[in-house]
Amino acid sequence: MPTIWVFAELGPDGAASSALELLTKARSLDARLEAVALGPRATEAADELGRHGAERVFASDDAVFADHPGRPGAHVLASLVDEHTPDLVLFSTAYEARDVAGRLQARLGVTLMSNATDVLGLDRARTEIFGGTKIVDVELTGPSPRLVLVRPRSFAAEPADGAGPAEVVTVDAAVPDDLRGVRVVERHQEAASGPRLQDAKVVIAGGRGLGGPEPFAMLDELGAAIGGAAVGASRAAVDAGWVPYSYQIGQTGKTVKPEVYLAVGISGALQHLVGMKGAKRIVAVNKDAEAPILKLADIGVVGDLFGFVPALTEEIWKRRSS
Amino acid sequence: MNVVVLAKWVPSPQGTPELGPDYLLVRAGADGALDPGDEFGLEAALQLVEAGGGEVTVVSMGPDEALAAVQRGLAMGAHRGVLITDPALRGADTLMTARALAAAIGRQPFDLVIAGVESTDGYTGTLPVTVAELLAVDSVTAVRHVEPANGALRLERQTEAGYDVVTCSMPAVIALTAGANEPRYPSLKGIMAAKQKPLERLTAEELGLTADVLAPTQRVVDVEDAAPKAGGEIIGADEAVARVADLLAEAKVI
Repeated sequence: MPTIWVFAELGPDGAASSALELLTKARSLDARLEAVALGPRATEAADELGRHGAERVFASDDAVFADHPGRPGAHVLASLVDEHTPDLVLFSTAYEARDVAGRLQARLGVTLMSNATDVLGLDRARTEIFGGTKIVDVELTGPSPRLVLVRPRSFAAEPADGAGPAEVVTVDAAVPDDLRGVRVVERHQEAASGPRLQDAKVVIAGGRGLGGPEPFAMLDELGAAIGGAAVGASRAAVDAGWVPYSYQIGQTGKTVKPEVYLAVGISGALQHLVGMKGAKRIVAVNKDAEAPILKLADIGVVGDLFGFVPALTEEIWKRRSS
Repeated sequence: MNVVVLAKWVPSPQGTPELGPDYLLVRAGADGALDPGDEFGLEAALQLVEAGGGEVTVVSMGPDEALAAVQRGLAMGAHRGVLITDPALRGADTLMTARALAAAIGRQPFDLVIAGVESTDGYTGTLPVTVAELLAVDSVTAVRHVEPANGALRLERQTEAGYDVVTCSMPAVIALTAGANEPRYPSLKGIMAAKQKPLERLTAEELGLTADVLAPTQRVVDVEDAAPKAGGEIIGADEAVARVADLLAEAKVI
């Protein structure tokens, strides 16, 4: 029977949800399922990885993977692949996983496909191109394993029926000193208060049309009126330095699927659309009637956002108090 | 410090991209330009060299049209250009591309290679580290600030929660985010001077790439149009306030 591995990213609360999504999807493919988790609290995460279908988890809690990003992870993963010869390795399309996958590709001389939206088999994956207007199926050839990076939130994570904790195989993190040249010396938190973007029922996102950092306060006020809304941003607003990267929604940022998505002053570059087009309802406010995001919106508002947003905030307070 | 900047020629975002009968992107004759995401790397490289000496080499791989990406880099101030172009590289996957770029970079000593975080047409986002691995050097991705520090580099790297400060020895490959700096516009003088700068064209064979590594390992086997989303309505701001509030109520979020 073929073997599929999931390279499990770790978050502050154990296994990242992306890892559980990948395991859930991989269960539908006829293969033995295992996971690799490298970094602080990896062993702890193995329970949850097991409940989502991983029979075995190769784990190391060593801090080297967090303190020296990239090379140590690829080095250890490459030796594990050499030893256990999986047929397919799944990653999440995220910074850390991309760094490991890209290096692994060079080490092993194997194929790599990024931004997949579905995994169709051991040698076939699906993606969207041209801003989601075309769906393409890609056949992967060459030596195994094939490496496929899947966009977060392409699948919903669900525990497997009757699955228990996984068998943990402790991995020896023998990382040579010359692979430790990159060192994290400080960590800074910039995340916003309030609900996480990925979990919020309503997401309000600001773009270039806001013109600067200050108008984001207006989005916070609208969020407070709605209650439990999270504020995000397009890449243009993040690149301009108006809000931190943790706000970014889109190809390189977060993928969100809220009940309602309010795009304020966002034109709708392809990079942004792929991160939010799964929202149930979309409202877009833009002064340019040609903005691509209006084509995606259930309600497209063409007009001045600086008038519209405060008026909407006031209307919501009025309805809440009546 | 000798800095190599990877520059990709991408189809114009204003154009309508097309797949040919072989399911490869039609590049020949298409409008295109230097990937805007690569201008930040060029600017960072020029600033490092202006402050500390050395040379900037701009390297691109692509069809003949990709010469425009190299020329743009030279016009901004890069000292020399390299264009890898060869019909044998058409349809190259990430591994072929990384091998060609690494072979071109590795022909002379370098201190730093700067790439974008991901291209604005393909968004793969793994190429810089694949090149780093082939060159056996360190790498840092998602870099939003770079400065020299005692013969090494001090970098700010975007993370899920905020940013990390990271140190890195050289030689190294870094992937720089868009917005890391304000890329300069080429001056008229820069554009004129670019024509006199050394420009090298390389084939796969000249880079020592043999037939066994020149076979792409992925192939599009099926293409379908995505179901178009039913268009909503477009309304003016005054009318919209009540309508959007209604929509929020229907969604049971207020």
